[in-house]
Formats: sequence, C-alpha cells, structure tokens
Amino acid sequence: MTKLEETYDIVVVGAGHAGCEAALACARLGLKTIVFTVSMDSVAMMPCNPNIGGTSKGHLVREIDALGGQMGINIDKTFLQSRMLNGSKGPAVHSLRAQADKAMYSLEMRKTLQAEANLTLRQAEVSSLIISEDKKVKGVCTVSGATYFSKAVILCTGTYLSARCLYGDVIEYTGPNGLKSADHLTSSLVDNGIEIFRYKTGTPARLDGKTLDYDKMTEQPGDERIVPFSFTTDPDSVQKEQVSCYLTYTNEKTHDIIRENIDRSPLFSGVIEGTGPRYCPSIEDKVVRFSDKNRHQLFIEPEGEYTNEMYISGMSSSMPEEVQYAMIHTVPGLENAKIVRNAYAIEYDCINANQLKLNLEFKNISGLFAAGQFNGSSGYEEAAAQGLMAGINASMKLLGREPVILDRSQAYIGVLIDDLVTKESHEPYRMMTSRAEYRLMLRQDNADLRLTHIGHDVGLISDSRNDHVEKKRREISDEIKRIQSVNVSSNDKVNKLLESYGSIPINNGVSLVELIRRPELDYDKLLPIDEKRPTLSYEVREQVNINVKYQGYIDRQQKQIEKFKKVEKKKIPGDIDYNDVPSLRIEARQKLDMLRPENIGQASRISGVSPADISVLLVYLEQRYRK
Amino acid sequence: MFESDTIAAISTPLSSEGGIGIVRISGAEAIAVADKIYRGKNRLCDTLSHTVSYGHIYNGDDLLDEVMVTVFRAPRSYTREDVVEISCHGSIFLLRKVLSIVVKNGARPADPGEFTKRAFLNGRIDLSEAQSVMDLISSENELALKNSLSHLSGALKKKIGDLRQEILYETARIESALDDPEHYDLDGYDRLLSDKLTQWTDILRDLIDSFRDGSTIRDGIKTLILGRPNVGKSSLFNLLVNREAAIVTNIPGTTRDVVEEKISFSDFSLRLMDTAGIRHTEDTVEKIGVKKALSLIEDAELVIFVIDGSEPLGDDDYEIMERIRDKRTVVLLNKSDLSQIVTEAEIRNIFEKVSGSACLDKISIIAFSSIDMTGLSSLKDEISHLYFNGEVKNSDRLYITNERQKFRLDEAFSSICRVRESLEQEMPEDFYTVDLMDAYESLGEITGEQISDDLVDEIFSEFCMGK
Repeated sequence: MTKLEETYDIVVVGAGHAGCEAALACARLGLKTIVFTVSMDSVAMMPCNPNIGGTSKGHLVREIDALGGQMGINIDKTFLQSRMLNGSKGPAVHSLRAQADKAMYSLEMRKTLQAEANLTLRQAEVSSLIISEDKKVKGVCTVSGATYFSKAVILCTGTYLSARCLYGDVIEYTGPNGLKSADHLTSSLVDNGIEIFRYKTGTPARLDGKTLDYDKMTEQPGDERIVPFSFTTDPDSVQKEQVSCYLTYTNEKTHDIIRENIDRSPLFSGVIEGTGPRYCPSIEDKVVRFSDKNRHQLFIEPEGEYTNEMYISGMSSSMPEEVQYAMIHTVPGLENAKIVRNAYAIEYDCINANQLKLNLEFKNISGLFAAGQFNGSSGYEEAAAQGLMAGINASMKLLGREPVILDRSQAYIGVLIDDLVTKESHEPYRMMTSRAEYRLMLRQDNADLRLTHIGHDVGLISDSRNDHVEKKRREISDEIKRIQSVNVSSNDKVNKLLESYGSIPINNGVSLVELIRRPELDYDKLLPIDEKRPTLSYEVREQVNINVKYQGYIDRQQKQIEKFKKVEKKKIPGDIDYNDVPSLRIEARQKLDMLRPENIGQASRISGVSPADISVLLVYLEQRYRK
Repeated sequence: MFESDTIAAISTPLSSEGGIGIVRISGAEAIAVADKIYRGKNRLCDTLSHTVSYGHIYNGDDLLDEVMVTVFRAPRSYTREDVVEISCHGSIFLLRKVLSIVVKNGARPADPGEFTKRAFLNGRIDLSEAQSVMDLISSENELALKNSLSHLSGALKKKIGDLRQEILYETARIESALDDPEHYDLDGYDRLLSDKLTQWTDILRDLIDSFRDGSTIRDGIKTLILGRPNVGKSSLFNLLVNREAAIVTNIPGTTRDVVEEKISFSDFSLRLMDTAGIRHTEDTVEKIGVKKALSLIEDAELVIFVIDGSEPLGDDDYEIMERIRDKRTVVLLNKSDLSQIVTEAEIRNIFEKVSGSACLDKISIIAFSSIDMTGLSSLKDEISHLYFNGEVKNSDRLYITNERQKFRLDEAFSSICRVRESLEQEMPEDFYTVDLMDAYESLGEITGEQISDDLVDEIFSEFCMGK
C-alpha cells in the first residue's frame, strides 16, 4: 500500500490561537481545510497567563470579533471574571480583560472547530513543506510520511519549533507544558531559504490553591456589571458569579534569595540563547534591572473551575525548583504554598517576519502564509489576530480576490501586522496602545463600526449582523446632528441639574454640546434637560457622547489620518529595482531592497529611510509611471 | 511630506552680493499668504497671472522693504502650483526677515529641493531630467543637514537633547500607567506635569526668542586679527569698530596687548580682537604680546590674516600660516592702494606648501585698503556668508539661525501648549501623550534624529512592566 495522500484547499499547521482562527476563517469561507496539532488535547491551549484581553489586547479581541473571528465568543462562554481596565482614563484606553477557565476555553474551541463542516482537525506533526521549483507551496508532509496536498499552507507553530524548556540546570526538550516539541520543520524552512530567529519567553509557577492563605492578600473582585467581548453576545447572558484574583507583593527577602542564586538562572548563566521580551521580564530580571524597587506586585489568578491551580502573575522565572520554592515562601499568603507546576523559560524557533508581505504571505514563496508566535509576536490575542488575517488572506488568494490589508488607521490589527513585517525586531512583539498612533479612533467601543463591514465583505459576517451595525451608525449620526442644534436656556431646572454634578450654573443660553463637553458632565447626565431626546440603546448613546465630548481631538486625528492615507495609497511596484535609483543613500537602498515595502507609507516607516529618500523614491516612481 | 501645503524659501543664493534677492512661495495658499504681508495698489489675489506689482512688505504695521511681486497662477508656474515671488533688496538679513514673516503667515519653510520635486511631480520638468532631480534632492538634503547641524552649537544641541529626553520620559511614564494600570498609577501626576510644562514652555520660548531675524545681537563671532607688525591690523580694527580704539602708528610693534571690541552688523556681530604683530623680537613686553596673540588662535572662530601686499612675504608670515592651518581664515591683502608685489596665487601656493592642500578650502582672499576702503563690504559679506552657512559659529550663546529649525521649535511650542490645554480641560491622561510625542518629534527634526521605537524603548528601560 502506498503512503497516505490527501488533498485540501488549505493546510494550517498548529491549532493554537492563531491556527484556530486561521482554520475557522478558511473553512467558513468555503475552503476545504485541515488543521494539524501535535496533541488533540492542546487546541487553543493557554500555556501561560489565564486571561484574555487587557490593555490593547482587549482591542485586538474586539477587532477579531468584528471581523468574524472566534476568540471573543469563546472567552464570553468560558470566563471566570471580567474587568474593564483604565475605566477612569479616556475611552481610547479602556480595555476589557477576562480571566479564563483555561480547560473550558480549550474544550469550547475544539468543539467549535470540530463542528465546522469544511474543517478537519488532525493530530500529527508536520515535518516538511512541499515547495515547487517556481516557489509555490504545494502542501506538507508529516512525520509518519503522509502527504497533504494543498494550494496554501498557513504556519502557526507557536512556541513548538525545536523548543526546549529550562529551569535551573534542567533542560527538557519539549514544547510548553511538557507537550511534544516539533523538531523537524525548521530544517525544511531553512532549506527553503527562510530566515529563522530564536526567541525565548517564560512562565511562572502554578500553586496548589488550597495551600495559600488568602487572608494575607488583597482580594481583586470582578466588575459589577460585566461587559462581554463579542458584539454578538447578549450582555445580560454573561452576568454571573465571578471568581476573585488576589494581590500580594515580593519583598527584600525574596529579592535576597534571587540575588544569592542569580548565577543558577540559565538566563544569567548564559545557557539561554534566545532573545526574551523586555515587557514581560522574569522576576530575576526585575530584581537585577530595577534594583531600587524593594517590592514587586504579584497577582494570584485562578486557572479554572476543574483545577485548583493558581497562576502567580509577576513571577515568571527560570530558577531551579528549590530556589523557586524558597522565593515563593517569602511572599505573604504563599508561606506554605505547594508548587503544582514549576516556572520555566522556553526557547523556540520563529521567523524574521520582515520576510512577509502585509497579507502575511511569504514574499518569495507563493501560497505560504504565517501567523502568531511563529512570526515573532507574543500573546494569545496577537496570535489570534494574525491567524484570522492569514486565514482570510489565504482564502482571498485561493478565491482569486484582493487581499484584505488593514492599515494603521483602521485597526490595532493593522498596526500589529505592519510593525511585524516592516520594523526590525529583536524580541517577541507585544501589542501596546502607545504603538497605535491613531488610537483615539481605534477604540474597543467602536471596533464594530470600524470593521464589521469589512468582515461582511470578506464573507465572515452575516447580512443581518452587518445591517444591525449600519443601523447603529445611522442612529449615532442622526443623534449627533440633532443635538448640534439643541440650545439650553438658563432656568432653575437646568441650573439645579448642573449644580447637582458640581458644574457651574449658566446665566445665558448655551448649546447642549458645550455642556456635554464639560469634564464633570456627559450626554446621559443631561437627559432631563434635553426634552426631545429619542430613546436610544446604550451602545448608541456611548458613541454620541464620545464623539461630542472629544470632537476637537477626533477632528485633528481624522486630519492626520487623511494625510496618512494619501501616502499609504501610493503603491510601489513589486518589481522595482532599487539599484536603479542611485540617488538613494546606500543604507536606504539596502533596507528598501531587503524589505520591499508595498507602498510609500510603509517605506517611510523603515528605519534608515529618511524623508529625503522618500522624496527621491517619489520622483523615481513618477518617472517610471510616465515612461 | 508630500501634501500640497504652501512652502517658502529664499530662492536666490545667500552669498549673492547686492542686486535683488527673491523669496518664493508655492502652493494653494501662496497668494493668500503674500496678500497678508503685501501692501500695494491692488491686492495680489486681484492681479493677473504673470504680472509684476510694486508695493511694500509689512510686518504687522512695520514697513520692511520696498518690493516687486510677481504672481504666477497654477498651472503656469515653475511648480504648477500658485507661485508668488517677492523681489527684495538683496541683503541676506532682509531676505531672511521677509521669509520669516511669510512663514509666520502660514507657509512652511521648504525642504531642500522641494520646489524642484514639486515641479517634477506635477509634470513641469521633463522626464529626461528625473535623474538630476533625484540627485539634486539628495545632495541638497545632505548639505542642508550638514549645515543645520553645524549651526547647532554643542550646548544648544545638548539643551534640545535634554528637553527631548525629559518629554520622552514623561510620555513613557504616562504610557506605562496606561499599559499596566495595575502597576503604575497617575495619582497627583497632573500637578507634576503642569510644572514640567511650565519649564518646557520657558525653555522653548527662550530658544524661539533667540532666533536671529535681526533682533539685537548680544554676542559675536570670536574673530582674531593676525599678521606681521605694521601690516595695518590696527587700522583695520579701527575701521571696523568705527573709532580710534587701537593706537595706530607707523612704528612696528605698537600694539602689544590684545585690544578687544564688539561690533554689530545688521545680521551678525563680531568679538574682534586686535593683537600684537607676530615677529621674533627681543623686546620683553612685545614678546609677551606675541605669545598672547598666538595663544588666542586656538580659541578663535575666525582669523583675519592681514598681509601687506606691497611687501614680499617673510618668515613671520609663513609661521602664522602654519599656526592657523586649522582655522577658517579670511586673508586680507592689505594696502591695495599701493603697487602690489604679493598675488593671490602666491598666497595660495605658500599656504598649500606650509599647511597642505586641505587648508585651501578654509581660506578666502580679499584685496583690501584701509585708505580708500576697498574690500570693506566684501569682507563683511564674506563673514556673513561664512556665518549663515554654518562655517563659523557664534560660540558663546545658545541661539538658532535657521528658519526651518525655528519652524520646528514653534511646532514643539504649540504642541506643549496643547498639552497644557488638555490638562486645563481635565482631559484624561491619554490625551496628553499624542501632543507630547509631536513635540518630541519636532525637536528631533532639529537635531536630525529620526524617531523609531524610542517611546517603547523608554517604557521598557525605565518602567518595570508586565506579568
């Protein structure tokens, strides 16, 4: 009998957060899809922190949802606690975060994948790519020798490629959580000319919940009113009993133990070769780099309903297990804690994402796409966002349609992907609100208004859902128009209301808009003196308020976006030969040739390309165009 | 970068002598901008294309210059945009003043090569010239960067650099709190930031006030007059100072100490030092004077080396040439009223022999006579030229001279003012950082630094983030 051979439209390698979104998008767009995982028990696994969302990551989840992705829906079904962070700050930085029941999250996602008609979920390790002479991907082979032909392949290998886990002098050649690593694929990638980076990350220990003294820690309950992630989830359906997290701190004793044993951390002994992220330093790193701080905060977070494991957020480490014990036991509330799983650092292969186009396809291998930690990012949400876009774009390619590229003014997803493929990076990339230059427009509250129509055009959003958003858009603009012409005259009722909010009474008539803009007031508070106000949903009222209150800033940002769009629209032909543009400075010429940006805006964001180089490039393109 | 905003620049060479100089404005608002500062028989917006109007340029109510203004309406212009050319009387000072008023009224200082770039992109320049257009843009940019950087004294660069760093730090502090709200809070931060904003606006206002568009000048370029005895150094000094500050006799070695005086021209000033004539001497007092003169060379920004053109060069001349080999020098071939023995070629030859050919870039030679004042205006023009091209600096005080740098400072100032407004309107903190980063970026343009991931780097290095 010959070896197993099957044919699909699309192969997805890896069923983590990127792989699941990619596979679901492809299958839902009607393409026959197979997704490989090294273990059926690790679909959408959360090997590190037990939460979804948080600052800027919450935005990503909202955007994924508006485009028709799964992450928001999945966490709404499986969360243990929910909080809106930054509630006292501006609307642009409000960020939703939910504690997840890790096991349920994984099971729920697996169920969703398996329920999808065009989708096959398969446990097998992919060992090599099949690439034709003319640099087109034709499928993959597995370790068992089976061949899966396809027109596109999406690589979402996470932290599994040639992975090894380290703590103290212990090195285990596994992927996260002791799962099998994928040891064969890297050499196939290298053979096909793909540049590989080696990154590292780490995770803290998990403690036995019944060995902790919660009275010595500060309880962190969830929000009173829970806001769901998905625009499709009925808010009333998610109001439930929540589980608390707990806050405690390290102290000088903890730090002394770390300092005394610092040479036993493979991070400092030189055993670890990979580059770690600066934003998520291990506790050893924190103690060494911020030696003036005499304590660091730790959040003790539950991992699920069917486990009593508690995650120690803030204490990722690669110390030997006896040192881990010693340092944990210095912390109030953890004096008698038992470790269930050790903290460890993990090293893995990933790619230099500069090799990708904005649609997440390799520049020099047609049909080969990549997403997630494999691209050098970190975080579940960053992975899912890329997975969704890679899935959409692989499908668009097979369906003969235009790629879907979100730009920096449309979505955090656009910022994420543009940064990954354009900028030089030497550490795992994490999303941050400060990376989004147009963040005032890219809010989590308006992700549906920004992106639902795009998801609808793609084919992942139903007509009725799209109609609902368009109706909301109309209601918002109608109401904004209406209140522009509402004037409030000075009378007792008005001034009493103003005074009740500590706002200065008015002597003459003022516009309603002016009152809304007062810091202590908002649209809802002024309801009693706005008699002709129609009944509107909370979602509409929220948008009206934000748009009126921050109009000056929004207008300014809108202008910046117009400028940005102009530059972004100027395409650079793919076959441009930068050696033909001798007036470019050498550094610029080399960088442009290496990164091959797709438009002038992207070119201008490459480090080492100056405004003068951009001017030269524009003249060159004009010359080419006129020829 | 390539939006069609309105740009302006002096479009005649800065070194040109006399005649007229032109300030050119291009863009949709060109005519409107010009109308704001021009007063003539008709408003420029009412004139026909390709016509010349006679009138005056005003800065507010102050009359600045009598001018001829030509209006070219799009697309029949060099850039195919509306273009206004203001022909002024040629002094560099006046041209710069007019340009700065044009900028104040809504134009942006043009980037190097920008008129030509627009002309090409708008189809005005033939395809065959694309290569030379690209070369022009890249070479002019390089030159401009070099010039503007050499204009920045080390102290000024440090001042702007320090300010930038402070802005970045505060931005990173706010962003850290937004990114990791459970770790960093901003309680009471408003007051702290408010104090910072006050400091920053003070610094920026100082820098902006120091902009040289002709305001009173407090310091000068350290300029040393050197030469053999009795070649006419003190006569030159008195001529420049305009009074008998130094004793002039025909006895060699009269000046024994250093005589110093500050003199102001319309657009720059000198700290002029007259020194003892350089010669080997046995006179104890004169010896001290010579030694002192030589010791001043190191500190001088500019050397005026006076040679008696009516007498052959001697060993003392050669020694001076050797000692000033690294200095920007104007050689005055004095006594041009007498018959000349020394030629320019000879001077260049000897300089090359004594100090190597590299030094030839650093000298200029002017024929001069303190009797009939030949060359006096050439000397002033030359120094002014060196100064505005950044070849000599006023080293004592922090100030800026470059219109584009001034423009960036103004931008930074407005950005900081907007942060202040947000603060006063009790906006949430995330509204501050957009304008803070704008200020940071504007200041970076002055020091020629590109921002890349500065903010993210600062957050990670200064603030302990994450899980």
